[in-house]
Amino acid sequence: MNKVLMSGNNVIGEAAIRAGCRFYAGYPITPQNELTEYMAEHMRNAEGGIFIQSESEVAAINMIAGASATGARVMTSSSGPGISLKQEGISSMAAQELPGIIVNIMRGGPGLGNILPSQGDYFQATRGGGHGDYRTIVFAPGSCQELADLTMDAFDLADKYRTPAMILADGMMGQMMEPVIFKKPKPRQYPEKFMLRGSGDGKSKFIRGLLLDPVDSEAHNWKLARKYEVISENETRYEEHRLDDAKLVIVAYGTAARIAKGAIKRLRSHDMKIGLFRPITLWPFPEMRLRTLSATVKNFLVFEMSTGQMLEDVRLALQGYADIEFHGRPGGAVPTPAELANVIARVYEQKD
Amino acid sequence: MAKIVFKHPESLKENIFHYCPGCGHSIVHRLVAEVIDELGIRGITIGVPPAGCAVLAYNYFDVDMIEALHGRGPAMATAIKRCLPDRLVFSYQGDGDLAAIGIAESFHAANRGENISVIFINNAVYGMTGGQMAPTTMLNQRSTTTPAGRNSTVDGHPVKVSEIFSQLDGTTYVERCAVSSPAGVNKTKKAIRKAFQCQLDGKGFSLVEVLSLCPTNWKLSSVDSCKYIDEVMSKVFPPGVYKDLTGQAGKTAEARP
Ligand SMILES: Cc1ncc(C[n+]2csc(CCOP(=O)(O)OP(=O)(O)O)c2C)c(N)n1
Ligand code: SF4
Ligand SMILES: [Mg+2]
Repeated sequence: MNKVLMSGNNVIGEAAIRAGCRFYAGYPITPQNELTEYMAEHMRNAEGGIFIQSESEVAAINMIAGASATGARVMTSSSGPGISLKQEGISSMAAQELPGIIVNIMRGGPGLGNILPSQGDYFQATRGGGHGDYRTIVFAPGSCQELADLTMDAFDLADKYRTPAMILADGMMGQMMEPVIFKKPKPRQYPEKFMLRGSGDGKSKFIRGLLLDPVDSEAHNWKLARKYEVISENETRYEEHRLDDAKLVIVAYGTAARIAKGAIKRLRSHDMKIGLFRPITLWPFPEMRLRTLSATVKNFLVFEMSTGQMLEDVRLALQGYADIEFHGRPGGAVPTPAELANVIARVYEQKD
Repeated sequence: MAKIVFKHPESLKENIFHYCPGCGHSIVHRLVAEVIDELGIRGITIGVPPAGCAVLAYNYFDVDMIEALHGRGPAMATAIKRCLPDRLVFSYQGDGDLAAIGIAESFHAANRGENISVIFINNAVYGMTGGQMAPTTMLNQRSTTTPAGRNSTVDGHPVKVSEIFSQLDGTTYVERCAVSSPAGVNKTKKAIRKAFQCQLDGKGFSLVEVLSLCPTNWKLSSVDSCKYIDEVMSKVFPPGVYKDLTGQAGKTAEARP
């Protein structure tokens, strides 16, 4: 397949359609409007493709839940305030075991915040975000190529585990252009027994979320918890960059990891032994791998475009076996690799 | 040969309703099921029950159902119908569900002219949560959150759903009925049948508002509840056909390019 040059938002849309997404609902919000517009333009040409500009993000998430119940591959996208509005619906999709993709192109928060790239939604994404005992698979792509690959993979995993999955990127990733190759999507595997399409001559089905009996409700919660355990065991992903001889490991994801790579390149040319650990799934978090690393590396620096959220997962993973420093730039501030290199160099020299 | 004049609708399961004695939901469930039987559409019907007293409707209707979050039924129904245009899709909603928390989803599904049917149970209270004020609670009506009666200066006015929805260019058929008398029950059934037929004919959005009894929260007997509908509620919410374009050509989502 040919390489094409596309912006991140458009890559997600194209990857989704190629993966067989045939229902998209969304409400405009910057910095992800190009994705909504891409779906408006291209769903028309996809066979059976349905695009709805919904009246709100609340409507959008409930629309994709309904479409998912019929057996369609579904996606919605938003940012900041809009993702907050979707939380009840995401919780409900987890409860009703409906697959679907939610794209969050993060912007500065809290509140209306701003429309600049940020990573302040890590807690919301990885802790479930909505109410109740549930988890959402969260992918944090680090390039346009990964936006393409992980969007496709997210559809497969959402189906496999019958659960919503999230693509967590930011305004920078949404806007930047890079060459990508779209891989061939896998054939879909989603049994018809989970689809609600009218009972025909057979027995009627129902999909519910309310479980008034605590016995049923507890059983359902444990069933979901076991599913999340299987996901944790099998679907954790990460990238390791120049860790072999590293004395200091930067932990960063998404755009922050790209900046960190630039900083590491500079510092390596000054003989500083610095590497990068990049979680690709934020939930499940690559906790065990990070803990194993602490056997050989004693210094970690978490860098996030937030006041420190993934930092908590790193602490939980390292369990005090290594020292952890933190550098954060919240609210839409994006440091250059040179700026970050200065911060890293300072920490490195203190530890050296 | 004996003629069968009364039987359990096939589209209703045998389960016993959990509704309070005299509750309008039971009546309307039965009517919807009878219409589904009569139209022979059990196998192609998908229902979307609400959060509200009818949340367990899937225990009663023997058709495919998916429970919606509070107020979001029309968003779900929109998507289901768009994905499966040859199925009959209906949402079943209370007044809090439709006219308060879900007004946006209901209004815009109607405005888009989605080819779905909405069964709207107006009982002028929040039944499920214990009798609080609903958007349709009438002025001076007492509820647990309007203990001195609904006062327009602080609580606003009863929302007239049929009147408002009939004004939207997207709607095809809007009728308000009442299940407070045998004649009213028959009329309601006819309206539900017409709404479903409207959808089967591809003619677009239909809504049947039903003035419905909630003896429990009204703190009235069933008989007095019927009287209350006829003498009080019907004055604020007059029954009647508010819009009927079913005689005109189709104009539905799936007919669009
Ligand atoms: C987001 C949300 N808010 C509140 C509730 C609680 N709740 C459930 S049903 C209901 C009101 C139901 O009233 P109505 O829609 O009139 O239906 P009825 O029970 O009267 O038939 C409320 C407030 C909920 N389930 N979800
Ligand atoms: S509370 Fe009212 S609406 Fe709910 S079941 Fe009882 S009578 Fe019916
Ligand atoms: Mg009510």
